[in-house]
Amino acid sequence: MTDVAIIGIGIHPFGRTPGMTGYQQGIVAVRRALEDAGIEWRDIQFAYGGSHDGGNADTMVDKLGLTGIQFINVANGCATGGSSLISAVNAIRSGQYDIGMVVGFDSHPRGAFAFDTKAWGLGNWYGKVGLGLTTQFFAMKIRRYMDEHGISDDALVRVAMKAYRNGARNPNAWRREEMSYEQIAGSQMLNPPLRKFMFCSPSEGGAALVVCNAARAKQYSANKPVRIAASILRSRRYGSFEVFSPSQPIQQADSPTVQASKAAYESAGIGPGDVDIAQVQDTESGAEIMHMAENHLCAHGEQEKWLREGVTQIDGRLPINTDGGCIANGEPIGASGLRQVYEVCLQLRGAAGARQVAGNPKVGYCQVYGAPGISAVQILAL
Amino acid sequence: MGESKQGVAIAEGLFTWPAADPCLIGSKCRQCGEVKFPQQSSCSKCCSEEVEQLPLARRGTLWTWTIQAFPPKSPPYAGVNTADEFVPFGVGYVELPGQVCVESRLTVNDPAVLRIGMAMELVIEPFCIDKQGNEVVSFAFRPLEDRAASVEKSK
Repeated sequence: MTDVAIIGIGIHPFGRTPGMTGYQQGIVAVRRALEDAGIEWRDIQFAYGGSHDGGNADTMVDKLGLTGIQFINVANGCATGGSSLISAVNAIRSGQYDIGMVVGFDSHPRGAFAFDTKAWGLGNWYGKVGLGLTTQFFAMKIRRYMDEHGISDDALVRVAMKAYRNGARNPNAWRREEMSYEQIAGSQMLNPPLRKFMFCSPSEGGAALVVCNAARAKQYSANKPVRIAASILRSRRYGSFEVFSPSQPIQQADSPTVQASKAAYESAGIGPGDVDIAQVQDTESGAEIMHMAENHLCAHGEQEKWLREGVTQIDGRLPINTDGGCIANGEPIGASGLRQVYEVCLQLRGAAGARQVAGNPKVGYCQVYGAPGISAVQILAL
Repeated sequence: MGESKQGVAIAEGLFTWPAADPCLIGSKCRQCGEVKFPQQSSCSKCCSEEVEQLPLARRGTLWTWTIQAFPPKSPPYAGVNTADEFVPFGVGYVELPGQVCVESRLTVNDPAVLRIGMAMELVIEPFCIDKQGNEVVSFAFRPLEDRAASVEKSK
Protein backbone atom coordinates (compact mmCIF):
# COMPACT_ATOMS: atom_id res chain seq x y z
CA MET A 1 0.00 0.00 0.00
CA THR A 2 1.17 3.55 -0.76
CA ASP A 3 2.58 5.26 2.33
CA VAL A 4 1.31 8.74 3.05
CA ALA A 5 3.39 11.38 4.81
CA ILE A 6 2.86 14.80 6.33
CA ILE A 7 5.41 17.29 4.99
CA GLY A 8 3.90 20.62 6.04
CA ILE A 9 2.14 21.80 9.17
CA GLY A 10 0.45 25.08 9.98
CA ILE A 11 -1.55 26.45 12.87
CA HIS A 12 -3.26 29.67 13.89
CA PRO A 13 -3.11 30.08 17.68
CA PHE A 14 -6.17 28.73 19.48
CA GLY A 15 -8.29 30.79 21.83
CA ARG A 16 -9.90 34.12 21.02
CA THR A 17 -8.53 36.41 18.31
CA PRO A 18 -10.67 39.55 18.24
CA GLY A 19 -11.10 41.01 14.77
CA MET A 20 -10.44 37.72 13.01
CA THR A 21 -12.97 35.10 11.99
CA GLY A 22 -12.40 31.37 12.34
CA TYR A 23 -12.42 31.23 8.56
CA GLN A 24 -9.54 33.70 8.32
CA GLN A 25 -7.66 31.70 10.93
CA GLY A 26 -8.09 28.64 8.71
CA ILE A 27 -6.52 30.50 5.79
CA VAL A 28 -3.59 31.53 7.99
CA ALA A 29 -3.10 27.87 8.93
CA VAL A 30 -3.09 26.83 5.25
CA ARG A 31 -0.54 29.50 4.32
CA ARG A 32 1.70 28.48 7.21
CA ALA A 33 1.48 24.79 6.22
CA LEU A 34 2.46 25.68 2.65
CA GLU A 35 5.33 27.84 3.87
CA ASP A 36 6.46 25.10 6.26
CA ALA A 37 6.54 22.56 3.42
CA GLY A 38 8.22 25.06 1.13
CA ILE A 39 5.58 24.75 -1.58
CA GLU A 40 2.89 26.96 -3.08
CA TRP A 41 -0.88 26.68 -3.25
CA ARG A 42 -0.66 25.90 -6.96
CA ASP A 43 1.27 22.72 -6.09
CA ILE A 44 -1.75 21.39 -4.17
CA GLN A 45 -3.77 18.84 -6.17
CA PHE A 46 -6.74 18.37 -3.82
CA ALA A 47 -8.05 19.45 -0.43
CA TYR A 48 -10.38 18.34 2.32
CA GLY A 49 -11.54 20.79 4.94
CA GLY A 50 -14.19 21.34 7.54
CA SER A 51 -15.64 23.61 10.15
CA HIS A 52 -18.67 23.30 12.42
CA ASP A 53 -19.56 26.97 12.89
CA GLY A 54 -16.87 28.83 10.94
CA GLY A 55 -17.99 28.62 7.32
CA ASN A 56 -17.46 26.54 4.19
CA ALA A 57 -13.88 25.40 3.84
CA ASP A 58 -14.06 25.02 0.06
CA THR A 59 -14.73 28.74 -0.44
CA MET A 60 -11.15 29.39 0.74
CA VAL A 61 -10.00 28.85 -2.83
CA ASP A 62 -11.16 32.38 -3.54
CA LYS A 63 -8.50 33.65 -1.13
CA LEU A 64 -5.84 31.02 -1.81
CA GLY A 65 -6.14 30.86 -5.57
CA LEU A 66 -8.70 29.49 -8.00
CA THR A 67 -6.61 26.66 -9.33
CA GLY A 68 -9.59 24.42 -10.07
CA ILE A 69 -8.67 21.64 -7.64
CA GLN A 70 -11.01 19.09 -6.05
CA PHE A 71 -11.91 20.64 -2.67
CA ILE A 72 -14.34 18.64 -0.55
CA ASN A 73 -16.03 19.91 2.62
CA VAL A 74 -16.17 17.51 5.52
CA ALA A 75 -18.69 17.74 8.37
CA ASN A 76 -18.29 15.03 10.96
CA GLY A 77 -18.76 16.68 14.32
CA CYS A 78 -15.79 16.49 16.66
CA ALA A 79 -14.03 14.12 14.24
CA THR A 80 -14.16 16.59 11.34
CA GLY A 81 -10.37 17.07 11.23
CA GLY A 82 -9.70 13.37 11.62
CA SER A 83 -12.22 12.56 8.90
CA SER A 84 -10.62 15.07 6.51
CA LEU A 85 -7.24 13.47 7.11
CA ILE A 86 -8.60 9.95 6.55
CA SER A 87 -10.13 11.12 3.27
CA ALA A 88 -6.87 12.70 2.15
CA VAL A 89 -4.88 9.59 3.03
CA ASN A 90 -7.27 7.48 0.96
CA ALA A 91 -7.11 9.90 -1.99
CA ILE A 92 -3.33 9.46 -2.08
CA ARG A 93 -3.39 5.72 -1.40
CA SER A 94 -5.81 5.23 -4.27
CA GLY A 95 -3.18 6.68 -6.57
CA GLN A 96 -5.49 9.47 -7.70
CA TYR A 97 -3.36 12.26 -6.22
CA ASP A 98 0.15 12.83 -4.93
CA ILE A 99 -0.14 15.90 -2.76
CA GLY A 100 -3.00 17.60 -0.96
CA MET A 101 -4.10 19.94 1.83
CA VAL A 102 -6.16 19.15 4.92
CA VAL A 103 -7.58 22.10 6.85
CA GLY A 104 -9.84 22.56 9.85
CA PHE A 105 -10.93 25.77 11.54
CA ASP A 106 -13.70 27.06 13.75
CA SER A 107 -15.08 29.81 15.88
CA HIS A 108 -17.80 29.16 18.46
CA PRO A 109 -19.82 31.45 20.69
CA ARG A 110 -18.75 31.58 24.35
CA GLY A 111 -20.20 29.19 26.91
CA ALA A 112 -21.07 25.51 26.71
CA PHE A 113 -21.92 24.12 23.28
CA ALA A 114 -25.62 24.49 22.53
CA PHE A 115 -27.28 21.61 20.75
CA ASP A 116 -30.74 21.51 19.29
CA THR A 117 -31.99 18.25 20.76
CA LYS A 118 -34.78 18.22 18.18
CA ALA A 119 -32.15 17.91 15.43
CA TRP A 120 -31.03 14.79 17.23
CA GLY A 121 -34.47 13.21 16.95
CA LEU A 122 -35.27 13.81 20.61
CA GLY A 123 -38.51 15.22 21.99
CA ASN A 124 -38.73 18.83 23.18
CA TRP A 125 -39.36 17.59 26.73
CA TYR A 126 -35.74 16.42 26.98
CA GLY A 127 -34.24 19.89 26.94
CA LYS A 128 -37.22 21.46 28.73
CA VAL A 129 -36.67 19.41 31.90
CA GLY A 130 -32.94 20.21 31.97
CA LEU A 131 -31.52 17.01 30.54
CA GLY A 132 -29.33 16.83 27.45
CA LEU A 133 -26.49 19.09 28.63
CA THR A 134 -23.18 17.74 27.40
CA THR A 135 -21.45 18.60 30.69
CA GLN A 136 -23.97 16.44 32.61
CA PHE A 137 -23.17 13.52 30.36
CA PHE A 138 -19.41 13.85 30.84
CA ALA A 139 -19.92 14.01 34.60
CA MET A 140 -22.16 10.94 34.68
CA LYS A 141 -19.83 8.95 32.46
CA ILE A 142 -16.74 9.62 34.58
CA ARG A 143 -18.72 9.15 37.83
CA ARG A 144 -19.61 5.61 36.74
CA TYR A 145 -16.05 4.97 35.53
CA MET A 146 -14.50 6.23 38.79
CA ASP A 147 -16.86 4.02 40.78
CA GLU A 148 -16.03 0.94 38.68
CA HIS A 149 -12.28 1.45 38.65
CA GLY A 150 -11.55 3.04 42.01
CA ILE A 151 -10.43 6.46 40.78
CA SER A 152 -10.67 9.51 43.05
CA ASP A 153 -11.15 13.24 42.49
CA ASP A 154 -7.37 13.65 42.86
CA ALA A 155 -6.84 12.20 39.38
CA LEU A 156 -9.26 14.74 37.86
CA VAL A 157 -7.30 17.62 39.38
CA ARG A 158 -3.96 16.25 38.20
CA VAL A 159 -5.09 15.95 34.57
CA ALA A 160 -6.14 19.60 34.53
CA MET A 161 -2.95 20.72 36.30
CA LYS A 162 -0.86 19.02 33.63
CA ALA A 163 -2.92 20.60 30.85
CA TYR A 164 -2.30 24.14 32.12
CA ARG A 165 1.37 23.40 32.80
CA ASN A 166 1.85 22.20 29.21
CA GLY A 167 -0.28 25.04 27.84
CA ALA A 168 2.05 27.51 29.55
CA ARG A 169 4.88 26.12 27.42
CA ASN A 170 2.92 26.35 24.16
CA PRO A 171 2.88 29.75 22.39
CA ASN A 172 -0.19 28.65 20.36
CA ALA A 173 -2.28 27.66 23.39
CA TRP A 174 -5.19 29.65 24.79
CA ARG A 175 -4.67 29.03 28.51
CA ARG A 176 -1.03 29.83 29.09
CA GLU A 177 -0.87 30.11 32.85
CA GLU A 178 -0.16 27.26 35.21
CA MET A 179 -2.78 26.56 37.85
CA SER A 180 -2.19 25.20 41.31
CA TYR A 181 -3.81 22.05 42.65
CA GLU A 182 -5.85 24.20 45.03
CA GLN A 183 -7.06 26.55 42.29
CA ILE A 184 -8.42 23.63 40.28
CA ALA A 185 -9.74 21.61 43.23
CA GLY A 186 -11.40 24.75 44.60
CA SER A 187 -12.91 26.00 41.34
CA GLN A 188 -16.67 26.19 40.88
CA MET A 189 -18.43 22.83 40.90
CA LEU A 190 -20.39 22.61 37.64
CA ASN A 191 -21.47 18.97 37.43
CA PRO A 192 -19.90 16.88 40.19
CA PRO A 193 -17.32 15.43 40.09
CA LEU A 194 -16.31 17.96 37.44
CA ARG A 195 -15.30 21.54 38.29
CA LYS A 196 -14.91 24.61 36.12
CA PHE A 197 -11.16 24.38 35.50
CA MET A 198 -11.42 20.71 34.52
CA PHE A 199 -13.43 21.53 31.39
CA CYS A 200 -12.30 22.77 28.00
CA SER A 201 -14.28 25.60 26.44
CA PRO A 202 -15.40 26.22 22.88
CA SER A 203 -12.82 28.46 21.21
CA GLU A 204 -11.38 29.54 17.85
CA GLY A 205 -8.44 28.37 15.82
CA GLY A 206 -7.20 26.75 12.65
CA ALA A 207 -4.83 23.95 11.71
CA ALA A 208 -3.66 22.61 8.35
CA LEU A 209 -1.46 19.82 7.02
CA VAL A 210 0.22 19.17 3.69
CA VAL A 211 0.07 15.44 2.94
CA CYS A 212 1.73 13.60 0.09
CA ASN A 213 2.77 10.25 -1.31
CA ALA A 214 5.62 9.32 1.04
CA ALA A 215 7.75 8.05 -1.82
CA ARG A 216 7.80 11.58 -3.28
CA ALA A 217 8.13 13.47 0.01
CA LYS A 218 11.77 14.45 -0.61
CA GLN A 219 10.99 15.89 -4.00
CA TYR A 220 8.32 18.20 -2.54
CA SER A 221 9.90 19.28 0.73
CA ALA A 222 13.13 19.37 2.70
CA ASN A 223 11.18 18.60 5.91
CA LYS A 224 11.57 15.29 7.69
CA PRO A 225 8.43 13.45 6.49
CA VAL A 226 6.11 12.09 9.19
CA ARG A 227 4.46 8.89 8.00
CA ILE A 228 0.75 8.30 8.67
CA ALA A 229 0.89 4.72 9.91
CA ALA A 230 -2.84 4.49 10.66
CA SER A 231 -5.86 6.70 10.11
CA ILE A 232 -9.10 5.20 11.39
CA LEU A 233 -12.60 6.33 12.35
CA ARG A 234 -15.25 4.30 14.15
CA SER A 235 -18.80 5.11 15.20
CA ARG A 236 -20.65 3.77 18.22
CA ARG A 237 -22.03 0.29 18.50
CA TYR A 238 -25.23 -0.58 20.27
CA GLY A 239 -24.72 -0.28 24.03
CA SER A 240 -21.94 2.32 24.04
CA PHE A 241 -22.75 5.09 26.58
CA GLU A 242 -23.07 8.31 24.59
CA VAL A 243 -24.40 11.85 24.98
CA PHE A 244 -28.12 12.63 24.44
CA SER A 245 -29.39 9.20 25.45
CA PRO A 246 -32.72 9.26 27.32
CA SER A 247 -32.17 5.55 27.88
CA GLN A 248 -29.20 3.26 27.83
CA PRO A 249 -29.05 -0.55 27.45
CA ILE A 250 -28.13 -2.38 30.64
CA GLN A 251 -25.60 -4.44 28.70
CA GLN A 252 -22.72 -2.06 27.94
CA ALA A 253 -20.59 -2.18 24.79
CA ASP A 254 -17.05 -0.92 24.23
CA SER A 255 -16.81 2.70 23.17
CA PRO A 256 -16.00 3.65 19.57
CA THR A 257 -12.54 4.66 20.81
CA VAL A 258 -11.76 1.09 21.82
CA GLN A 259 -12.79 -0.08 18.34
CA ALA A 260 -10.87 2.66 16.51
CA SER A 261 -7.79 2.14 18.65
CA LYS A 262 -7.64 -1.63 18.05
CA ALA A 263 -8.05 -1.12 14.31
CA ALA A 264 -5.37 1.58 14.28
CA TYR A 265 -2.75 -0.53 16.08
CA GLU A 266 -3.50 -3.38 13.70
CA SER A 267 -3.26 -1.14 10.67
CA ALA A 268 0.04 0.35 11.87
CA GLY A 269 1.42 -3.04 12.82
CA ILE A 270 2.48 -1.78 16.25
CA GLY A 271 1.25 -2.09 19.83
CA PRO A 272 0.55 0.43 22.60
CA GLY A 273 4.01 -0.25 24.03
CA ASP A 274 5.56 1.29 20.92
CA VAL A 275 3.87 4.66 21.44
CA ASP A 276 6.29 7.40 22.59
CA ILE A 277 3.82 10.29 22.88
CA ALA A 278 0.03 10.58 22.75
CA GLN A 279 -2.65 13.21 22.30
CA VAL A 280 -6.09 12.09 23.47
CA GLN A 281 -9.44 13.84 23.63
CA ASP A 282 -9.65 15.73 26.92
CA THR A 283 -12.96 17.53 26.67
CA GLU A 284 -12.66 17.48 30.45
CA SER A 285 -10.32 15.75 32.90
CA GLY A 286 -12.45 12.62 33.04
CA ALA A 287 -12.28 12.10 29.29
CA GLU A 288 -8.47 12.00 29.34
CA ILE A 289 -8.57 9.44 32.15
CA MET A 290 -11.00 7.15 30.30
CA HIS A 291 -9.21 7.63 26.99
CA MET A 292 -5.84 6.63 28.44
CA ALA A 293 -7.27 3.15 28.94
CA GLU A 294 -9.64 3.05 25.96
CA ASN A 295 -6.64 3.70 23.72
CA HIS A 296 -4.88 0.79 25.47
CA LEU A 297 -2.11 3.06 26.76
CA CYS A 298 -2.71 1.81 30.32
CA ALA A 299 -5.01 -0.62 32.11
CA HIS A 300 -8.39 0.51 33.47
CA GLY A 301 -7.83 1.79 36.99
CA GLU A 302 -4.11 2.36 36.51
CA GLN A 303 -4.60 6.05 35.65
CA GLU A 304 -4.56 7.43 39.17
CA LYS A 305 -1.17 5.91 39.93
CA TRP A 306 0.20 7.11 36.59
CA LEU A 307 -0.99 10.63 37.20
CA ARG A 308 0.42 10.74 40.72
CA GLU A 309 3.78 9.45 39.48
CA GLY A 310 3.88 11.89 36.56
CA VAL A 311 4.03 9.19 33.89
CA THR A 312 2.06 11.37 31.44
CA GLN A 313 4.00 14.59 32.07
CA ILE A 314 6.31 15.90 29.34
CA ASP A 315 9.29 14.38 31.19
CA GLY A 316 7.40 11.17 32.03
CA ARG A 317 7.50 7.74 30.41
CA LEU A 318 4.47 8.39 28.16
CA PRO A 319 3.74 12.11 27.73
CA ILE A 320 0.06 12.81 26.99
CA ASN A 321 -1.39 16.05 25.61
CA THR A 322 1.95 17.79 25.48
CA ASP A 323 0.47 20.96 23.94
CA GLY A 324 -2.05 21.36 26.76
CA GLY A 325 -4.82 19.42 24.99
CA CYS A 326 -8.36 20.72 24.70
CA ILE A 327 -8.30 21.96 28.30
CA ALA A 328 -5.55 24.53 27.53
CA ASN A 329 -6.38 25.08 23.84
CA GLY A 330 -10.15 25.08 23.91
CA GLU A 331 -12.11 23.24 21.29
CA PRO A 332 -12.68 24.76 17.87
CA ILE A 333 -14.43 21.60 16.64
CA GLY A 334 -13.17 21.63 13.04
CA ALA A 335 -9.54 22.27 14.01
CA SER A 336 -9.19 20.25 17.18
CA GLY A 337 -8.18 16.89 15.70
CA LEU A 338 -5.63 18.50 13.37
CA ARG A 339 -4.10 20.39 16.30
CA GLN A 340 -3.19 17.02 17.80
CA VAL A 341 -1.54 15.93 14.56
CA TYR A 342 0.30 19.26 14.31
CA GLU A 343 1.68 18.77 17.82
CA VAL A 344 2.80 15.19 17.19
CA CYS A 345 4.56 16.20 13.94
CA LEU A 346 6.34 18.99 15.81
CA GLN A 347 7.43 16.55 18.54
CA LEU A 348 8.61 13.90 16.07
CA ARG A 349 10.59 16.55 14.23
CA GLY A 350 12.17 17.57 17.53
CA ALA A 351 10.92 21.11 17.04
CA ALA A 352 8.53 21.53 19.98
CA GLY A 353 10.73 23.99 21.85
CA ALA A 354 10.06 24.38 25.57
CA ARG A 355 7.72 21.38 25.58
CA GLN A 356 9.88 19.05 23.48
CA VAL A 357 9.77 15.46 24.71
CA ALA A 358 13.30 14.13 25.23
CA GLY A 359 14.68 10.92 23.75
CA ASN A 360 13.76 11.51 20.09
CA PRO A 361 10.17 10.23 20.04
CA LYS A 362 9.46 8.16 16.92
CA VAL A 363 5.82 7.09 17.26
CA GLY A 364 2.95 9.43 18.11
CA TYR A 365 -0.70 8.63 18.72
CA CYS A 366 -3.71 10.97 18.27
CA GLN A 367 -7.34 10.37 19.23
CA VAL A 368 -10.43 12.57 19.02
CA TYR A 369 -13.82 11.59 20.37
CA GLY A 370 -17.16 13.31 20.28
CA ALA A 371 -20.85 13.39 19.63
CA PRO A 372 -22.73 11.38 18.54
CA GLY A 373 -20.29 8.63 19.50
CA ILE A 374 -17.43 8.78 17.02
CA SER A 375 -13.73 8.37 17.51
CA ALA A 376 -10.83 8.94 15.12
CA VAL A 377 -7.31 7.64 15.72
CA GLN A 378 -4.17 8.61 13.83
CA ILE A 379 -0.83 6.93 14.41
CA LEU A 380 2.17 8.87 13.11
CA ALA A 381 5.72 7.59 12.81
CA LEU A 382 9.09 8.69 11.51
CA MET B 1 -47.21 13.76 44.86
CA GLY B 2 -49.95 13.74 42.24
CA GLU B 3 -52.81 13.70 44.77
CA SER B 4 -53.50 17.44 44.98
CA LYS B 5 -53.96 18.92 41.54
CA GLN B 6 -53.34 16.72 38.50
CA GLY B 7 -51.04 18.73 36.29
CA VAL B 8 -50.50 18.42 32.57
CA ALA B 9 -47.85 15.94 31.48
CA ILE B 10 -44.74 17.62 29.95
CA ALA B 11 -45.13 15.38 26.88
CA GLU B 12 -47.61 12.81 25.61
CA GLY B 13 -46.62 9.19 25.80
CA LEU B 14 -43.70 9.57 28.22
CA PHE B 15 -45.50 8.23 31.30
CA THR B 16 -49.00 7.05 32.19
CA TRP B 17 -50.90 10.12 33.40
CA PRO B 18 -53.13 10.76 35.17
CA ALA B 19 -52.69 7.49 37.02
CA ALA B 20 -52.67 6.26 40.61
CA ASP B 21 -49.40 4.39 40.07
CA PRO B 22 -47.80 6.16 37.11
CA CYS B 23 -45.00 4.49 35.19
CA LEU B 24 -42.72 5.43 32.31
CA ILE B 25 -43.75 4.05 28.92
CA GLY B 26 -41.05 2.31 26.92
CA SER B 27 -41.06 0.06 23.91
CA LYS B 28 -39.94 -3.52 23.60
CA CYS B 29 -38.77 -5.21 20.41
CA ARG B 30 -40.78 -8.32 19.55
CA GLN B 31 -37.79 -9.73 17.70
CA CYS B 32 -34.89 -9.30 20.10
CA GLY B 33 -36.57 -8.15 23.32
CA GLU B 34 -34.55 -4.93 23.61
CA VAL B 35 -36.19 -2.16 25.64
CA LYS B 36 -36.00 1.55 24.86
CA PHE B 37 -37.25 4.76 26.49
CA PRO B 38 -39.05 6.81 25.30
CA GLN B 39 -41.01 4.38 23.17
CA GLN B 40 -40.04 4.33 19.51
CA SER B 41 -41.37 2.58 16.45
CA SER B 42 -38.25 0.60 15.60
CA CYS B 43 -35.51 -1.25 17.45
CA SER B 44 -32.06 0.40 17.71
CA LYS B 45 -30.44 -2.96 18.30
CA CYS B 46 -31.80 -5.30 15.61
CA CYS B 47 -33.46 -2.70 13.30
CA SER B 48 -36.82 -4.51 13.51
CA GLU B 49 -39.99 -2.41 13.22
CA GLU B 50 -42.01 -4.87 15.28
CA VAL B 51 -42.09 -3.17 18.63
CA GLU B 52 -44.73 -2.92 21.34
CA GLN B 53 -45.41 -0.55 24.22
CA LEU B 54 -44.02 -1.63 27.55
CA PRO B 55 -44.84 -0.13 30.96
CA LEU B 56 -41.47 0.27 32.69
CA ALA B 57 -40.69 -0.77 36.27
CA ARG B 58 -41.27 1.95 38.86
CA ARG B 59 -38.28 0.94 40.93
CA GLY B 60 -34.65 0.44 40.09
CA THR B 61 -31.12 1.27 41.19
CA LEU B 62 -28.99 4.35 40.56
CA TRP B 63 -26.52 3.58 37.75
CA THR B 64 -24.73 6.93 37.70
CA TRP B 65 -25.49 10.52 38.73
CA THR B 66 -24.45 14.15 38.84
CA ILE B 67 -25.88 17.44 40.04
CA GLN B 68 -26.84 20.18 37.60
CA ALA B 69 -25.23 22.92 39.67
CA PHE B 70 -25.48 25.77 37.14
CA PRO B 71 -28.67 27.02 35.46
CA PRO B 72 -29.29 25.48 32.02
CA LYS B 73 -29.92 27.94 29.19
CA SER B 74 -33.48 28.86 28.15
CA PRO B 75 -34.57 27.77 25.66
CA PRO B 76 -34.68 24.85 25.85
CA TYR B 77 -34.87 24.79 29.67
CA ALA B 78 -38.43 25.47 30.85
CA GLY B 79 -37.72 25.55 34.59
CA VAL B 80 -36.70 28.54 36.70
CA ASN B 81 -33.11 29.45 35.79
CA THR B 82 -32.49 32.96 37.06
CA ALA B 83 -29.33 33.30 39.11
CA ASP B 84 -31.18 34.05 42.40
CA GLU B 85 -33.96 31.52 41.98
CA PHE B 86 -32.29 28.53 40.31
CA VAL B 87 -32.13 25.47 42.52
CA PRO B 88 -29.56 22.81 41.52
CA PHE B 89 -31.10 19.46 40.67
CA GLY B 90 -29.87 15.89 40.53
CA VAL B 91 -29.62 13.98 37.25
CA GLY B 92 -28.96 10.29 36.91
CA TYR B 93 -29.50 7.04 35.09
CA VAL B 94 -31.66 4.51 36.92
CA GLU B 95 -31.34 0.85 35.99
CA LEU B 96 -34.77 -0.76 35.80
CA PRO B 97 -34.03 -4.46 36.33
CA GLY B 98 -34.28 -6.57 33.21
CA GLN B 99 -35.40 -3.57 31.14
CA VAL B 100 -33.21 -0.53 30.53
CA CYS B 101 -31.38 2.37 32.23
CA VAL B 102 -33.40 5.59 32.00
CA GLU B 103 -32.05 9.12 32.29
CA SER B 104 -33.99 11.28 34.71
CA ARG B 105 -34.02 14.20 37.08
CA LEU B 106 -33.61 13.15 40.69
CA THR B 107 -35.64 14.61 43.56
CA VAL B 108 -32.50 15.26 45.60
CA ASN B 109 -29.57 17.54 44.89
CA ASP B 110 -27.24 16.67 47.75
CA PRO B 111 -24.16 14.69 46.59
CA ALA B 112 -23.86 13.27 50.11
CA VAL B 113 -27.05 11.22 49.78
CA LEU B 114 -26.44 9.87 46.27
CA ARG B 115 -24.45 6.75 45.57
CA ILE B 116 -24.36 4.30 42.68
CA GLY B 117 -26.44 1.20 43.41
CA MET B 118 -28.98 2.84 45.76
CA ALA B 119 -32.67 1.96 45.35
CA MET B 120 -34.78 4.54 43.52
CA GLU B 121 -38.48 4.99 42.78
CA LEU B 122 -40.34 6.92 40.09
CA VAL B 123 -42.38 9.97 41.05
CA ILE B 124 -44.38 12.39 38.95
CA GLU B 125 -43.95 15.90 40.32
CA PRO B 126 -44.78 19.49 39.44
CA PHE B 127 -42.11 20.98 37.17
CA CYS B 128 -43.25 24.38 35.89
CA ILE B 129 -46.26 26.50 34.95
CA ASP B 130 -46.97 26.76 31.21
CA LYS B 131 -48.07 29.87 29.28
CA GLN B 132 -51.74 29.00 29.85
CA GLY B 133 -51.14 28.90 33.60
CA ASN B 134 -51.39 25.12 33.88
CA GLU B 135 -49.19 23.20 36.22
CA VAL B 136 -46.88 20.98 34.15
CA VAL B 137 -45.73 17.71 35.68
CA SER B 138 -42.70 15.62 34.78
CA PHE B 139 -40.97 12.49 36.00
CA ALA B 140 -38.13 12.10 38.47
CA PHE B 141 -36.65 9.39 40.65
CA ARG B 142 -36.32 9.59 44.43
CA PRO B 143 -34.11 7.56 46.73
CA LEU B 144 -36.10 4.84 48.49
CA GLU B 145 -33.83 4.20 51.41
CA ASP B 146 -33.39 6.44 54.44
CA ARG B 147 -35.83 9.03 53.21
CA ALA B 148 -35.27 11.24 56.24
CA ALA B 149 -31.62 11.70 55.29
CA SER B 150 -32.50 12.32 51.67
CA VAL B 151 -33.55 15.89 52.17
CA GLU B 152 -35.83 16.79 49.31
CA LYS B 153 -34.45 20.12 48.24
CA SER B 154 -35.72 20.16 44.72
CA LYS B 155 -38.90 22.12 45.51
